[in-house]
Formats: sequence, C-alpha cells, structure tokens
Amino acid sequence: MNPDYKLYHPKWYRRRIPIFWWLQRLAYTKFIFRELTSLGVLYAAILILVQVWALSQGEAFYERWLAWLSWRPVLALHALVFLALIFHLVTWFSLAPKAMVVRLGSWRVPDRVLLLAHYLAWLGATALVFWGLKGR
Amino acid sequence: MAETVTLKIRRYHPEKASEPYWQSYEVPLRREWMILDGLNYIKDHLDGTLSYRWACRMGVCGSCGMMVDGEPVLTCATYLEKLLPGPIRVEPLRGFPVIRDLVGDLDDFIGKLNKVKPWIIRREEEEKDPAEGEYLQTPQQLEEFKRYSMCINCMLCYAACPIYELEPHFLGPAAIALAQRYNMDSRDQGAIERMKELSQDEGIWACTFVGECSEVCPKDVDPAGAIQRYKLTAALEWYKSLLLPWRKQ
Repeated sequence: MNPDYKLYHPKWYRRRIPIFWWLQRLAYTKFIFRELTSLGVLYAAILILVQVWALSQGEAFYERWLAWLSWRPVLALHALVFLALIFHLVTWFSLAPKAMVVRLGSWRVPDRVLLLAHYLAWLGATALVFWGLKGR
Repeated sequence: MAETVTLKIRRYHPEKASEPYWQSYEVPLRREWMILDGLNYIKDHLDGTLSYRWACRMGVCGSCGMMVDGEPVLTCATYLEKLLPGPIRVEPLRGFPVIRDLVGDLDDFIGKLNKVKPWIIRREEEEKDPAEGEYLQTPQQLEEFKRYSMCINCMLCYAACPIYELEPHFLGPAAIALAQRYNMDSRDQGAIERMKELSQDEGIWACTFVGECSEVCPKDVDPAGAIQRYKLTAALEWYKSLLLPWRKQ
C-alpha cells in the first residue's frame, strides 16, 4: 500500500518530461534539427551584411576579408552552413502547401504544384542573382 | 506463428504506489485481433482490475486511444499481428494526467474545446426563423470544412504533440482544427469571436509545426494544416487592422 494515499483523494500521475524528449521519435529529432538550422539562416544573413560592410572599408580590407573567407576552417564551416540552409529550405518548402490553400476559380491547386512553384521561384531568384552578378 | 503474445502494460494504482509500474500478460494471438481485443481478454480472463476506456470498437467513438510501442493509436484499429514479436508496450496517452492504469484525465481538452465555441454562431439579427427553412450550402462549401468535421476527439493528436506536453496552456491541435471547422462553414458568423481565443500565445502561435498531430490522426483531419492556415488568416487580419483601423470587423 502507498502510505501517502488518502481514500477519496485521488492522485493523478503526471510524467516528468525527459530533457531528451526530442530523441524519442525521429520526427521530433527532425523538427529540432529544422529549428536549429534557422541559426544557419541567421548566420548567412549576418555574413552578407558583414560582406557589404567589408566592401565599404576599402580594397585592402576587402582583400583580407576574402582571404579569411577562403581560409580552410571557414570554408568547412560555410559548407556546413550551406547544408543547414538547404535542409531548412527543403523542410520549409515541404511545409508551405499545408499553410496555403490556393484556388484558381473552383480548382484547388494541388500541393505538389504549389511545391513545384516554390522551387521554381527559388531557382528563378537564384538565376536572377547570378545574372545580375554576371552583368556587372 | 506464435500462439500468444506478451502485452506489457503501464499500470498505475495510486493506492498501491505513487509511481506507475509495468505488468506483463500473455494473451492469445488470434488473427484479426486488435490491441483492444487483447486488453479485453486480460480484463475478462486474467486481471479484472485493469482499467481502460473503450466503447464502439470500430474507430468511431475515439475512446480507446493509447500509446502502443510509443505511438499514439486507436487500440481498436491496431492489429496485434503487426507488432510482433512483442512484447507490445501499452501506455496511457502522453500529455494527460493519469487517473488509473490506461485512463487519462481529458478535462483540460474539454475546457479548451468549449473556449473555441465549436458550434455555429449567427448574428442575432441574421438568425433565420426555423419556419423559413434551413441554411443551404453547396457541395463546394461543404468540402471547405468537411475534413475538419471528421474529428472524433480521440486525443491522439495531443499525445503526439510535444508542445502540448511542454506548454500545458496550448489549446492543442484538435481544438484548433474544430474551431476551423466552424470558421470555414459558410453558415457560421463567429470567426471574429473565435479569433480572440485562437490568435493568442497559447493558441495558434504556440504551435511550432512539428506536424505529428496530422501524421497520427486516424481520421485524416490534418490539424497541423488547419493551424498553419489559421496563422495566415490571423496574420492577414492583424495587418488589415493595422492598415485600416477604421475597418468594421
């Protein structure tokens, strides 16, 4: 018998949530990983801003900045950031059709078409950036 | 095929012990027996003290949801055969306080469901007299919300949602999906009233889109989709109220 138990005073049991709850299901782990990759997005955004700032500091400074960028440990870090960005993009795009219901007249645009539109828009934007760089 | 299978059941008897414990039972492994049939066998032949909920035995009432091998499922719709060789672990639904054995306390959900007013709301002046007939709806208008109306309140989505367990104030997937069921009903005029509950930190904005609620839903309701769609609606409403403050809601 449980000495703490009082008759007619039922005691509900509430489980203590383990700190590694996100390892209990693959879907939770993927979710946490997806959330963490947003740090990669933040890093990439800051990197671009710093690059613009470095450009404004004159040629010598910018050369040193480029040298830092091509330093191997930095290249390795940026390869990881790139992978995180791709993971973030793919998972983000996969979720987008859930939030968007697009109708053309009475036709509901299927999820796959919406997904394709996202990827095409991404490729289009990337092509535009490349075209802009090439034109300079 | 083996003739029996072991069901390892998470039991909780507060009068005996303050912590739950595991107890194993051997049940016959019959073709087309579900987990629920195994539990009923235990109750009828092995141990009458086992407590659990069930009613219809055909995936309609939503009473027999439990964690089976760590997954939230309807025990009346999960074959023993599919989980061989066992032992098959059966636990109460995660995220809810346990009253006894496999019985959880679902009062929290019932309270939250009431908050989102899951019924058709009409403006008083636009209420039709019953003599005037019903509110008509096209098949397309029905299609808008039908998916969300299939919810059987089985609570599997709550058990799959880590946010609900971590943030107990979160309204949760089914309550929001059911709110959307009425928001999208062409006969309803209560979307603004519901927004006060839904567009809150503990409403849709607590959802981080893990997406598991939709994965485990036995009725294909897609609560995760309902929540994300509502996030878009709520964000647009917020922008509209910012840009057009004089606009009548």
